[in-house]
Amino acid sequence: MIPAAFDYARPSSLGDAVEALTDAGEDAKVLAGGQSLLPLLRLRLAYPTVLIDLGRVPELQGIADEGDHIRIGAMATHDDVVRSPLVNAACPLIALATATVADPAVRHRGTFGGALAHADPAGDLPAVALALDCVFLTRSASEGREIPAAEFFVDYLETAMDPGEILVAVKVPKLGAGWGYHYEKFHRTAQSWATVGVAAAVHRDDGTIQDVKVALTNMGSTPVRAGAVETAVRGLDPHDATSLAAACDQADQGTSPPADLHAQPDYRRHLARVLTRRAIRRAADLEPG
Amino acid sequence: MTEQLTREPATGEVGRARRRKEDARLITGRTQWTDNIHLPGMLHVAFLRSPMAHAKILRVDTSAARGLPGVVAVYSGEDFAAEQGSLPCAWPVSDDCVIPEHPPMAVSRVRYPGEAVACVVATDRYRAADALEAIEVDYEPLPAVLDMTGALTDAAPKVHESGNKAFTWKFAGGDIDAALQDAPVVVERTYVQQRLIPSAMEPRAVVATTDGDSFTLYSATQIPHILRVMAALTTGIPEHKLRVIAPDVGGGFGSKLQVTAEEILALLITRRLGRPVKWTESRSEGNLTVHHGRDQLQRITVAADRDGRLRGLKVDLLADMGAYLMLVTPGVPVLGAFMYNAIYKMDAYDFTCTGVFTTKMPTDAYRGAGRPEATFAIERIMDELAAELGLDPLDLRRRNWIAHEEFPYTTIAGLTYDSGNYEAATAKAMELFGYEELRAEQAARREAGDPVQLGIGVSTYTEMCGLAPSRVLGALAYSAGGWEHASVRMLPTGAVEVVTGTSPHGQGHVTSWSQIVADALGVPFEAVTVLHGDTAVSHKGMDTYGSRSLVVGGVAVLRACEKVKEKARRLAAHMLEAAAEDIEFDAGSFRVKGTSAAKSIQELAFAAFAAHNLPDGFEPRLDADATFDPENFSYPHGTHLCAVEVDTETGMSKIRSYVAVDDVGNVVNPLIVEGQVHGGLAQGIAQALYEEAVYDGEGNLLTTTMADYLLPTALDLPDFITDRTETPATTNPLGVKGVGEAGTIASTPAVVNAIVDALRPYGVTDVRMPCTPERVWRAIHGSSS
Repeated sequence: MIPAAFDYARPSSLGDAVEALTDAGEDAKVLAGGQSLLPLLRLRLAYPTVLIDLGRVPELQGIADEGDHIRIGAMATHDDVVRSPLVNAACPLIALATATVADPAVRHRGTFGGALAHADPAGDLPAVALALDCVFLTRSASEGREIPAAEFFVDYLETAMDPGEILVAVKVPKLGAGWGYHYEKFHRTAQSWATVGVAAAVHRDDGTIQDVKVALTNMGSTPVRAGAVETAVRGLDPHDATSLAAACDQADQGTSPPADLHAQPDYRRHLARVLTRRAIRRAADLEPG
Repeated sequence: MTEQLTREPATGEVGRARRRKEDARLITGRTQWTDNIHLPGMLHVAFLRSPMAHAKILRVDTSAARGLPGVVAVYSGEDFAAEQGSLPCAWPVSDDCVIPEHPPMAVSRVRYPGEAVACVVATDRYRAADALEAIEVDYEPLPAVLDMTGALTDAAPKVHESGNKAFTWKFAGGDIDAALQDAPVVVERTYVQQRLIPSAMEPRAVVATTDGDSFTLYSATQIPHILRVMAALTTGIPEHKLRVIAPDVGGGFGSKLQVTAEEILALLITRRLGRPVKWTESRSEGNLTVHHGRDQLQRITVAADRDGRLRGLKVDLLADMGAYLMLVTPGVPVLGAFMYNAIYKMDAYDFTCTGVFTTKMPTDAYRGAGRPEATFAIERIMDELAAELGLDPLDLRRRNWIAHEEFPYTTIAGLTYDSGNYEAATAKAMELFGYEELRAEQAARREAGDPVQLGIGVSTYTEMCGLAPSRVLGALAYSAGGWEHASVRMLPTGAVEVVTGTSPHGQGHVTSWSQIVADALGVPFEAVTVLHGDTAVSHKGMDTYGSRSLVVGGVAVLRACEKVKEKARRLAAHMLEAAAEDIEFDAGSFRVKGTSAAKSIQELAFAAFAAHNLPDGFEPRLDADATFDPENFSYPHGTHLCAVEVDTETGMSKIRSYVAVDDVGNVVNPLIVEGQVHGGLAQGIAQALYEEAVYDGEGNLLTTTMADYLLPTALDLPDFITDRTETPATTNPLGVKGVGEAGTIASTPAVVNAIVDALRPYGVTDVRMPCTPERVWRAIHGSSS
């Protein structure tokens, strides 16, 4: 497992990084934590001519409180995110899901922004970002953009970013009081990708579910927002198991789950329904049921 | 039965949970893995491997690759055709066994994906890998042969000219027709032993070097001694001009019990270029081309009386050889043949195995080698028979197993089990497990329709270890014997140097052998060193596999110690002016009975070295060689109990508790035994729940990375509850039975039995391994994928 030869650049500012990326053209790849890119290089499934290492770009670092949202720098590692008091207080769903990513070694190298920009629908964070309506801040040589999560994930391993664009940070809205969260990850071993995952945030008031946000991992070529479930669940009493189960039976609507060694599509659809029910119940602070 | 050597009163080393002498060095990285070896002027080899399962090679064009920077040579199979010989198969199990030519590098045809078709030799690994992409190969695809049953039909495309049948091997004990005829209960099942990929922590690696006349081969191998013989025969390098070294080796599990194409080709390349060469495989390369394990289709029929007494057992096996027969490929299912009857008494047993060629990586020994497959099938069908009869599965076993007082017992398969106590192991396991309480909980969950059902799995296994009596191996058509050799040398300063013919690669022989020697010679544990794994140092040996090292090699060490002691006694008698029979030995001291006149073994070692005052005819130095050839196998056994919770909504199975009570005879080092059991359990559970090598319809291997080929880690496994009963083997003087494979053999059926037990209320009678959540879910819901 030897990668083909490539050039390596390590810019020390965002401006230099964007310039280097523009100069290098289409065959350049941005290197963040390398946890997805390096295996592709080693398997010779990718042949970039230049790797632009973002590890020394200060503008991409850090996690900050910006009032109604927190801003997570693209190069914050998974471990930074899991340990961040700010993330745990304001957006605990992010921390919960990130803690399930791979293993400690990967979480110390892998980055929040890298995992999202890689846009693997089997990754845990894309569904979480979609459920929480995160906003992606990007920079190219000519402009900075804000891309809503609903528009960011375009296809398998493909985002709305242009080749010359770098992900700078992600804005995660604070949902405020009364919300509960859960990430239900179904995987065969502790270190394997989710067969199916469900990210859920539930707002309870007066004994009923006032609002709910649900998105699915590995149920299509992009993360999928479970809109039909969200509509059906609003106003339900989470203790009403029958109604909740019926609502969650719509979880696979609009999905096109993949077939692979771990699961066929019909089984993934079934899992999505069961796991969505469990995720919502857990987010509503009930036993999974 | 073997002569019983007297063990001197223990000074307490044997039986002690000594931490391993090996570990400080291994843990702190002061190791010499083959890939750590750097020789002056060394070149690096990379192999171009077939992307096709089955094809004719029409053309290999290496010209572009030859011109690339750093490239020293590029070879195709054509370049080696005249000198590369055929990779050996040492176990032609039957008269009809077909052993096809197996060129280390394919010349005109590839028969499995990953088969080497060309190689680059370059100044570094990166340039070698880059240059592979410049080699052009034209293939004419041929149909893949993937399914064993289909492969045996007349219409099937042929893997080899002779057809797809490798051999048929039969065994019959008793009158099977009589046993089956009119049997009140007959249960017939087909079980699939999925193909597994051994995943040793250290990938394979080879370094070959020459001084122009003689050759040294460093390899991550389990078998330096066997490899030397086989590599000499294959390459034509005279055996005395070939030294094989197994440096630190990071696990094997049978996968390094092989003579590989890469080892042979490294020797050929170094012979051509006169320079040292190295090859280290990547994990993905290893998944394709390390020999695979298991892959059998087992049709098994059991006939019994209404009270559960077994009448007969019939096994009809298809064993996937893959594309070629490698070192012991055909022997693996044949070894299993003796284990289907397990611990049970019966009137008749009939076994047929057909070896089948397919266009897949050859299979060969993998932890347990034939015995896990056999144990799985019998332990699974015993549970099915119990369900059929409405008996508790342990009760059914109790009605059929060999009672403690019946040992030694000659089984229907013709083996004589020397000792065992199935009653004691089972009683202990049931108590540790809380068997009755868990059965009560299971009933309550069934009653309540709990979506999480509880299943209890039983496995009362035995195995044949200590490979092996040379006469038996000869009778089974294996090309060599199963003895083991040791040298024990007292050095002038009183330290002890042991040379063993076993080749440890994680088993801790340095520690265990030190414990045996410390007790036998009355020297400190710390004063013993053990040398191994180099044919220039260890000149005789049969290496490490089949839970043989302690049972055969450890006994050879003990016997050499006994010879050293007798020599020391003679010298002590001479120096103390006493008769040898008046000298008594205790804790390292030779004393004239009833006096205080004594010589320590250290004093004697120096005196034997100085040689100033030796008895007539006494050869200087206190040292001795011994070779032990066992007259019987050893038969560890045990009872494993597993509780699994099955989430019937998702199909996820979770092991809630696992109890392993093993009887491996006397124990030299309980810590090492514990480690072997834990690792074995993990590997056996992995077959039950996680691992499977999958080829697609065109014959491409899909599981080339650990993302696709799932290995469990500690996070996925329960806390194991382990304990032992100790029924000494009577066939060797240490009373030991071997522990390397027990966990792997016992645990796979225990887990699957538990899953099926959980699902019996749903009408489920089997789940194919690995029991993935999807398979379990489909079993419950009656759909198949």
